[in-house]
Amino acid sequence: MNYKNIVFLRIKILIGFFALIFLLLLISFNNVIAQNDYPTDDQVNAIAKELYCPVCENTPLDVCPTQACAQWRALIKEKLIAGWSKEEIKQYFVDQYGDRVLAQPPARGLNWLVYILPPVVFVGGIVVVYLNLKKIKKSSEKVVQVSNNNNDKYLKEMEEALNVLNNEEDLS
Amino acid sequence: MLPNLGYGTLVITLIVSIYAIVSAVIGERKNLYKYVESARLALLLTFPLLTLAVISIVILLVNQNYEVQYVYNVTSSTMPTYLKVTALWGGQAGSLVFWAWLMAAFGSAVTLRKWDRDHDLLPWVIIVSSVTLAFFLIMIVVFENPFIRFWTLPSGGELVAMFAPAGSQLIHPFDGRGLNPLLRHPGMIIHPPMLYLGFVSFVIPYAFGMAALITGRTDDRWIRLTRRWTLVAWMFLSIGLILGSRWSYDVLGWGGYWAWDPVENAAFMPWLSGTAFLHSVMIQEKRGLFKRWNMILVIITYSLVIFGTFLTRSGVLSSVHAFAQSAIGPMFFIFIGLSFIISLAFLIKRWDDLRSEGVMTSLLSRESLFLINNLLFIGILVVVFWGTVYPLISELFTGQKVTVGPPFYNSTTGPLFVGLLLLMGIAPLSAWGHSTWKTLGKALWIPAIGSLILIVVLFVSGVRSIGALIGFTVASLAAFVTIYEFWRGMKARHKRNGENYLVALWKLTARNRRRYGGYIIHLSVVFMAIGIIGIEFFQTETQGRIAPGESLSLAGYTVTYKNLAEFDVADGRNVARAVLSVSKNGKDLGELYPRRDFYYDSQQPMTIPGVRSTVEDDLYVILVNWEQISSLGATFKVFHNPLINWLWYGGILLVIGSFIAAWPDPEKEIELAPSRIMRKETGNLVSKP
Repeated sequence: MNYKNIVFLRIKILIGFFALIFLLLLISFNNVIAQNDYPTDDQVNAIAKELYCPVCENTPLDVCPTQACAQWRALIKEKLIAGWSKEEIKQYFVDQYGDRVLAQPPARGLNWLVYILPPVVFVGGIVVVYLNLKKIKKSSEKVVQVSNNNNDKYLKEMEEALNVLNNEEDLS
Repeated sequence: MLPNLGYGTLVITLIVSIYAIVSAVIGERKNLYKYVESARLALLLTFPLLTLAVISIVILLVNQNYEVQYVYNVTSSTMPTYLKVTALWGGQAGSLVFWAWLMAAFGSAVTLRKWDRDHDLLPWVIIVSSVTLAFFLIMIVVFENPFIRFWTLPSGGELVAMFAPAGSQLIHPFDGRGLNPLLRHPGMIIHPPMLYLGFVSFVIPYAFGMAALITGRTDDRWIRLTRRWTLVAWMFLSIGLILGSRWSYDVLGWGGYWAWDPVENAAFMPWLSGTAFLHSVMIQEKRGLFKRWNMILVIITYSLVIFGTFLTRSGVLSSVHAFAQSAIGPMFFIFIGLSFIISLAFLIKRWDDLRSEGVMTSLLSRESLFLINNLLFIGILVVVFWGTVYPLISELFTGQKVTVGPPFYNSTTGPLFVGLLLLMGIAPLSAWGHSTWKTLGKALWIPAIGSLILIVVLFVSGVRSIGALIGFTVASLAAFVTIYEFWRGMKARHKRNGENYLVALWKLTARNRRRYGGYIIHLSVVFMAIGIIGIEFFQTETQGRIAPGESLSLAGYTVTYKNLAEFDVADGRNVARAVLSVSKNGKDLGELYPRRDFYYDSQQPMTIPGVRSTVEDDLYVILVNWEQISSLGATFKVFHNPLINWLWYGGILLVIGSFIAAWPDPEKEIELAPSRIMRKETGNLVSKP
């Protein structure tokens, strides 16, 4: 081979190489686009599940049977194709239709009450129960003191008899 | 003619119930027994009267009298007769009449018991029952009359009214609108009656409680008298809730059984306080403690019953503003408010008289654990109440509508339910009055080991969800302890009486129905917990559009679309029925037939799933009816619901357990009145003082 042919050969190889790279990129790009073109129903439902129908009562968007909801699900599909993330899509619905599309009230303003009140009341309940149980400790201490002062023999016999009765009652 | 008769009967019943109230008050204040007796008979009379009204409505429904607005709203010519009958509770006015009828039934039943020993309670029981009944009758007679009819006026306009306006003619529509297709399901037919039975029967313990409060009776007689009522009321309410879940699962097509929907919560709340009450009264009976708390519980339960009826019937849940459009809403609100305040006022008046008779002496005693049980139930109640009511508050104060959905309820009530299951495992082993860590530990260690082994097995077989593992641990502990209790009893009888184990089990349960019936109910709750854990933590789903011959796969199952048929059915619907074959690991498991029904009269579609149910799971397939359905390709949604059928098995077991627990004990009955004892022994009616 002469020098010119070798150069042409190398250029062809180089071009071929880049063409291959380009082709591969094109193909992989196509895959990416193909995925975004056709989000599966499951992908749409995964997002619709976390949203509520803006007009029906308490109906999640993935099960709502109305035409309007079908259109909203189609909207989610479009946004998925356009590359939106789940958070962006949810935020879009909130911006359009208000907080009611979320499954829980966003924690701001008056809505803090939703999350604060139940634990507060529950703790209040625990306090009431605790105070009642404290009375137990006090009175049981008193009982122990009293019994230590008396003649234990008869007390023991009584308690044994009562125990037997207690167990009998439980078993009969 | 019949509408006028029906309406007249309703008005007369209202007058009779008001008479009962007045007569009872006079008799009680002036100590004149004959007035109280007259009031008793008046309350008794309300039942046959309301039965007449109910029969009138049913006749109108069955005979297709569409000139009556209610008949037009809930029936149509294509509905089968049995559905026309059950349409009695298919709409607002009819279901209020149904509620009132049940109230009259229970009020009358109460009047028929022997009142010799409790004649001081009688007037107040009559008054409370009659006031509740009268309230519902006023709602019906004034605001929600089921007998109003369509009229054309001479001027050409139309009017809906009870009595004929001058010169008008009746309009006879050609056909009715028909019952909402969602309601044409066996579950939906029995669910409202069961719920209403539960609601209404809780009025009786409340009536007795108020009677005891007002007359200053500080003993637990009112509790003993109403013990069976409370249990039966609780059973009906439980059945109503379970049937509602089953209906939701079968017919709403979203693959679930409970959505924490405000209307569901409305029925769940009285169940929560009712269950707390069921347990708490045992403490008062055994130890004379918690008298004030039991009064509070029964007052709360009554208020929640009326509140529950109000929430479902007043439209307040769709919007705070829809609430005020019908006068029913504000009237209910006022009634609940007034009855609650008046009840509390009486409680405060008697507060000191209701001092506890004993003291709790041990932290781990059964009464102490019951206190924690109550704390947990009321905790769940507070969460559910607040979650249900908050959207209304938000709309009222900020104008902003919000949704409080399952994530809130699941995360807040989940731990509390776990606590309750844990208690179900520990409390049966603790004794009344006294228990220590040692005694409990000795009794608990075998069942606890059983649970531990189970959890290790589950973990090893791949279960990693912490919530599910915890849930299964406490559920299995409760199950093992309950079974252990049966075993202990059986063994003791076998040893003492030489009975074989089956006979021992039978006799054990028969002799202590309340306790062992209760244990069976606990077992049923464990079953339900297993079903709930299975579906909540392990449900999977998939959706896809497939052509005949193609399949969807989920959880090892393969569902293949075979064909579709579309046809009209005689009762007025168009059915699109798909045939799918199911296989797992290559093995053919049969066919499923999900379908979409379209009802011509109400123009509404319904999705009925095809379900393959086994002990370990459900494979649940629906035809997605908002996508195009054709024999060229259809969209299916497939759910895999592990363990869900344990929820329904538990429901059946709950009914059995309740029957056993409520069945009258021939020997251990309430002490007979002296006059009855005399009559039994001597055949004479001479009563002792």
